[in-house]
Order: sequence, then C-alpha cells, then structure tokens
Amino acid sequence: MPTLAALQMTGIHKRFGDVLANVEVNFTVAQGTLHGLIGENGAGKSTLMSVLYGRYPPDSGRIEVFGEPVQIRNAQDAIACGIGMVHQHFMLVETLSALENVMLGAEPHWHLPSASAPVRQQLEALMQSTGLRIALDAMVADLAVGDRQRLEILKALFRGARILILDEPTAVLTPQETQQLFAVLRQLRAQGSTVILITHKLKEVLALCDQVTVMRAGRVVDAMPIARASVQSLAQAMVGRKVQLDRPPVVPAPQRDVTPVLLAQGLHLRDGNGVQRLAGVGLQLRAGEIVGIAGVSGNGQSELLDVLAGLAAPDSGSMEVLGRQFASAAWLDPFTARAIGLAHVPEDRQARALVMDFQAWESAVLGYEHLSQFCRWGWMRAGAMREATADMMERFDVRPRKATLGSRKFSGGNQQKLVLARELGQAPRVLLVGQPTRGVDIGAIEFIYSQLRGMRDAGCAVLLVSSELDEILALSDRVLVMVQGRMSGALDIADCSEERLGLLMAGAAT
Amino acid sequence: MSQATALPRWADVGLLPLVCLAIALLVAGVVVALVGQSPSQVLAALVQGAFGTARGLSYTLYYATSFIFTGLAVAVAFHAGLFNIGGEGQATLGGLGSALVALWLSPVLPSWAMLPLMLLCGALFGMAWAAIPGYLQAYRGSHVVITTIMFNFLASTLLVYLLVNHLRAPGNVAIESAAFAPSAHLMPARELLGWIGVDWPGSPLNASLLLALLASVAVYFFLWHSRSGYRLRAVGSSPGAAAYAGIRPRRHIVLAMAISGALAGMVGMNEVAGVSGKLVMEFVGGAGFTGIAVALMGRNHPVGVVLASVLFGALFQGGAEVAFDVPGFSRDMVVMLQGFVVLFSGAMSYVVARPLAAFLRALNLQGAKHG
Repeated sequence: MPTLAALQMTGIHKRFGDVLANVEVNFTVAQGTLHGLIGENGAGKSTLMSVLYGRYPPDSGRIEVFGEPVQIRNAQDAIACGIGMVHQHFMLVETLSALENVMLGAEPHWHLPSASAPVRQQLEALMQSTGLRIALDAMVADLAVGDRQRLEILKALFRGARILILDEPTAVLTPQETQQLFAVLRQLRAQGSTVILITHKLKEVLALCDQVTVMRAGRVVDAMPIARASVQSLAQAMVGRKVQLDRPPVVPAPQRDVTPVLLAQGLHLRDGNGVQRLAGVGLQLRAGEIVGIAGVSGNGQSELLDVLAGLAAPDSGSMEVLGRQFASAAWLDPFTARAIGLAHVPEDRQARALVMDFQAWESAVLGYEHLSQFCRWGWMRAGAMREATADMMERFDVRPRKATLGSRKFSGGNQQKLVLARELGQAPRVLLVGQPTRGVDIGAIEFIYSQLRGMRDAGCAVLLVSSELDEILALSDRVLVMVQGRMSGALDIADCSEERLGLLMAGAAT
Repeated sequence: MSQATALPRWADVGLLPLVCLAIALLVAGVVVALVGQSPSQVLAALVQGAFGTARGLSYTLYYATSFIFTGLAVAVAFHAGLFNIGGEGQATLGGLGSALVALWLSPVLPSWAMLPLMLLCGALFGMAWAAIPGYLQAYRGSHVVITTIMFNFLASTLLVYLLVNHLRAPGNVAIESAAFAPSAHLMPARELLGWIGVDWPGSPLNASLLLALLASVAVYFFLWHSRSGYRLRAVGSSPGAAAYAGIRPRRHIVLAMAISGALAGMVGMNEVAGVSGKLVMEFVGGAGFTGIAVALMGRNHPVGVVLASVLFGALFQGGAEVAFDVPGFSRDMVVMLQGFVVLFSGAMSYVVARPLAAFLRALNLQGAKHG
C-alpha cells in the first residue's frame, strides 16, 4: 500500500454559535485507498467535508493535499487541488444534456459547439478507462438515478479530481446498482484515485473500504484499517455504547387477526404531470402485524402513503379502513383519518410532520389541535399543550426537553421521536410510517424500532415504507415490493433475503 | 445546524431594527451633508417637529393610526404566507363603506349606533375587496401580489367614478361627498382628553388611535392564541405540514386575506369618520403602501407594527416640519429619508443581520474568554 497521504487534515476546529462541530480533528487519507468516514448525524463529518470543499473556513487547523499545505476558500480552490465532491442531492441541470452538465462552468471555449467537441473526446476516453458509461447526449431529466450518479462522478473526474468525496452515495440505489457503483470505485482505486465515502451504512464500509474513520460529537473517536473493524465495533464507536438493531433473537409471535383492518383495492393515481404513480395497487393490513413496503425510492411508495393517509385522493380504487368505506370520489381526508384511529408518520419530517418555524409544543399538537383537551371555544389552551408536550418528550426521550424550543433546533432523531410521540400517543389502530429513520442517528433508531414493535404487539396494524432493506428486514412480518407503481412481489419474512428482495426491487420476476 | 445568519430572538426583534434605523439615518445624514445642510440640525428639527410639541405629537400619532391598520393587514396576510400589496385599495373601499352608511343613516341614527355601524361596514367592504384576490389565489391560482395591485387601481377608479357621478353633493364644485351628520364624527383627541381634564390642542388625532391599539391586541391574540390563528400560521410556514394536519390551506388563504382586508378597511375610521367627516378623493394617501414597510420593519408582530407606525408617523410629521423650518430642505429630501428607512429596515435588514450576528458572536467569545 502506498504510504503517501493524499489528504491530511490536522487540528481542524469549527464552531457554529454554541455548537462545536469539529474539535481538534485529525483526518488522514492514504493515496490510492477507499476511505470510509462514518458517524451519526451531527457527528461533524459533513462539516469536515464542507471545510475540505471550501464551504466554510475552519476556525483553525491545517490542510495538506498530496503533501502540499493548501488554503481552500471555495469550491474552485478545492477543484484546483484535485478534490471532487459528489453530493447526496445531485447538482445537475435537468434540462441540459449529460455532456453540457459536465462542461458547465468548465467550458474550454466560449463558442459551445467548439467547446463540446474536445470535451466529448476527453469524456469518451474517461468513460473507456473507468467503465462509467452514460449516454452523453441524453437529457439529464431522462437519465435514471444510477446514471445521474455516474454522471456526477464523471463530472468530478473531468475536472481533474484525484480525491473523490461521495456523500451517502447508495441512498438512492438498488442493491444491484450499489454493487455496480462499488465496482467502479474499486476500478478508480486501481487507477490510483483516492475515494472518501461518507456513509452511515456500516456493511458498505466493511465491504468496500480499506480504512475507516469514526466521528462522534465533533471528534474523531477511532480510525482503523478495515481488517480490525466489525459492524458491532463500528456501531459502538459511533454511538458510544452497545446497540441492538437486528431482529431480536426471539420474535414474539405476532397476534395476527384474520380480518384485515385496512383493505385497499385497485388504486390508480396520476400526478400533476400525468405520470402514472400508482397502477392498480391493492393491499391488506391486519391487526398485530408490520407490513413492510420495500422498493427503490420513487416507485410509488410515497404516493401510496399519501393516498392511504387521505392526503391525496386516487383517480380510481376503493379502500375499507376500520369499518369505513371510501371510494375515489369521496376519499378519506386527514381529519377523518385521525378521528377513526389512523395515524401517519410521514416520510418528509421537515416539510410535512412538523412546522419548522413553530415551537416544539405547537408542532406537537399539529393535527390534534381541535381536541377538547387542547382547545376551548376556538382558543388554544397553551398550558395544556405544553404539558402534553413535556409528557411526550419524557416518554419518548426527546432531547433537549424544552417544549418552547423551535422545532428546527432539534436534531433529526429528536424531531422524529416527537412526531412518533404525537402520532402514537392517540393509540391509533392503523399506523402508516414512511422512512421512520431517515436522517436519524443509530441510538434513536434502536428506540424507534422498539416503539414500532411495541405498537404491533399492542395490536396495531403497521404499514412501514422504507428504502432501507435492513430496516424492512428488521421490522416486518410480511414484505411487499413496489416497482413503478405496482406490487411486484409479496413475501413472508421467513422467505426474505436481501438478494431476493433486490431482484424484486429491480423489477425481475420472482 | 445553526446558520451564519441566526440571531438570538431579542436581537432580531429589538436590536436589528434599531441598527437598521441608525444606518438609514447615517446614510441620509451623508446625503444631507452633501447638499450642504447640517445633518444634526435637520435631525433635531425632525425630532422636535414630530415629538417636541403636543400638536406635533398629535399629527405623528394621527399618521401612525392609519399605518397601524395597514401594517397589521400586511402582517396578518404575511403569517399565512401571502404578500398583500392591496392595502391601499382595501383601505379605499373601507372608507367608501363607512362613508356610504354614514351618508345614508347619519341623519337618523345616534352616534353610539352610527359609529359601530361605520366600523362594521368599512371592515366588511375592505374584507370583500381583499377576499376576491384571496379566492382567486386559493382556488384559481392567480398570484395574490398581481391581483391585489390590480385591485388598487380598480379601487381608486371606482372611488373617483362614484364621487364624480353619484356622491358629489349637488351644486358643489369640489369632488367630494356631502358632509355627514355630527353623529358620524369620531371623537377628536382634544375632546377626549378634555374629559379627563387634559388641555390638548386641536388636531386630526382622534379616537381611532384607540381602535388601532385594540386591533393590535386582537391580532396578537388571534395569531398566537386562537386555533384559527394557529392554523393560519401553519399554512403560512409550511403548506405541506398544514395539509398533512388536515387543515384546509385554501380556506385559510381566503380567511387571512379577509382579515387583512378588514384591518386595512378600518383606515376609513381614521380618515373619513375621524378627520374629514365626508368622503374625499385620495383620503388613504399612500398609507396602504407605507403599511408594507411598517410590517417589514415591525417583523410582522403587532408590537413591532405599532412601534414602526409611530416611527413612520414621526417621519411624515417631522419631515413636513423640516421642510418648513430648514431653508433649502425640500419635501423631496424628506421622501428620500423615508426611502432610506424603508430600504435599510425592510429590504436590506437581512444584509445587516449577517455582520450583526458575527459581531454578537465575537462579543460572546470575548465574554466567554474573560468570564
């Protein structure tokens, strides 16, 4: 293994207000290695990478790239040093072609046709050597997610990146696409590139990386070669204590009822652009079971949740839930849904579940503000609301326990716990949950899982939509797979394996 | 993650407007100096003119009264995520409503029945005039900024048409309605304060100032203590979360515009019932637009709106005095000064916020080191 450090960050300090985001961070990446950077949300890994990519200046500390001390004040400086970044949310212009996106900001000539010819030539050579193949003239809007990611990597390489930073690159990929990405990254390593992988999926780090650095609370708490790491040891280093995430060894026998509490049939939905989002979805949900809906994001799971929760009426189809019948013409509305005992923890916590500008106690009654304990003659009983919020915070261990703090100021995990406390607090009989642990740290994930299992054991029917296969496997009793607005398969948990689900998610027949 | 622009709440509400005001005065002072006048003399004349005498103070508060109504109107709409530019038109219609009912019934009704009726009619007219753009925004997707601007023009031409063709008293050359009977006159401050034994000079200031303060309190309780206000703010801050909670965003958009219009419509109580005692042209006099600046500067909070209204009232009144007292200082210079205040406290406050936050952080750090 080459010993020269591609990157050496020494004594990085960064503070935002009262928050110490990076404390005395030393981070060294050897040249030609795949280096994993892991840590919970808010552990400081994004801040560290933002410092490296020139988004914020560090308060103190030194950065050396290939042995040269450098000052990185903005993204241009970073690119000039040979650092390339692939963001979790792609930075692409959808209405331009792949080629134009690569050129954007690095056009070799003011006259675009003259500029594109040499760029095309260079890119062809680059695609040849790296195996990153994409259609250069296709519009980005028409590219699949995996292609867009390859395009982002190409873009970075085209700008001369020798150190490539990938931020949660597999969040949007199927297991098979993930394998393809890993093959490309190994190929890049073989050609001498250095890759930094920011992730929270420990298995991926173990499968791919040579070295791993663990951050917690703004500090580097561990750095080791991968041979010495295991899922347990990494999780423990990240959280600072032992965690239990897998299925509990003894699964309590699910108390299944035969009659479904929710029965949906023939749901069809087109979105505003006329794209078919649901194409004849049917499902049933029984009391005392958790049904997992697996699938790559964007295959209709979000729309299905919206329809079942009454946020959107389907174009056609019917639903029977908790003894009430609904046809597409007179669909369920969120108000009625709550009244009959159907609770919904939405996928997008920040845009849906909480009003970020509200104080915690105002967000903690959202959707239930009309209940008599919270409201009299149209006036809010702020005292009762604050008390109820304090109680929720106590039961769900929301930190800090401050009902008057702005909803925005809580970490992702604590926001999610507050939402769960609110939705579970009314003892619902049907619970719809979307991406319950997205952006939530491991310690909170463990807690959320146990709460969902507790609901199931108490006889609630739970529908879980998640793009994390591990999560589906850890929680579900039955698994349905969605592809392009259809159910492509249904499996009992005993028959599930990652490979089988992966094939179903990719749309292959069982 | 804390942002670089995050200010503590006390600084955002209290300090930032003061800093913005100071910058505005400083820049205006430079311009004043450039045209060869003494900034300190002008500022002294302005403060003296606005607050130095009972008469000056009365005028300041009289202007502020209208600004409170229109500022509250903008603030309520803002909390529902709407930018109501139509305060001017809604105030015009409000005055029209108050005047129509006064022309019709003031000869027969006593003032204890007449004045509430005028208030009600004014608020209803303003409400209706704002609810139409609200409806178009909520159910037809026409942007409320565009429609409220257009409704300002409609209101202005409607007023002229009615005054010229229908409401002008026979044989009167001036374009104005007949005078109301005394029962439709709102009590002037001189009379009101006379009751409690205070000798106060005559001025346009009248009892509608109390109404404006009452409206501020009502707006506060509505926005932060009523369920409707809670829902309205939810719709404004996060339409997605509001829909998720089962709140109907469209209904609340119309509601917010209706309340906003009703508040703007109350300007008529100050100008029509309080001062002129008849319907005249242009009685709103730009208060609808000043309300936007007032709400921006007042951070869309009733307390802020009242304070900002007094400031703008002082600029109007003090400015007029300066133009009168300081030779060579024209009325246009006063308008420029107002422009700077709007520019720095409204449009540019977020530009100022960033360095201010950095400054406060630096102070904190030093404090931490010493302490």
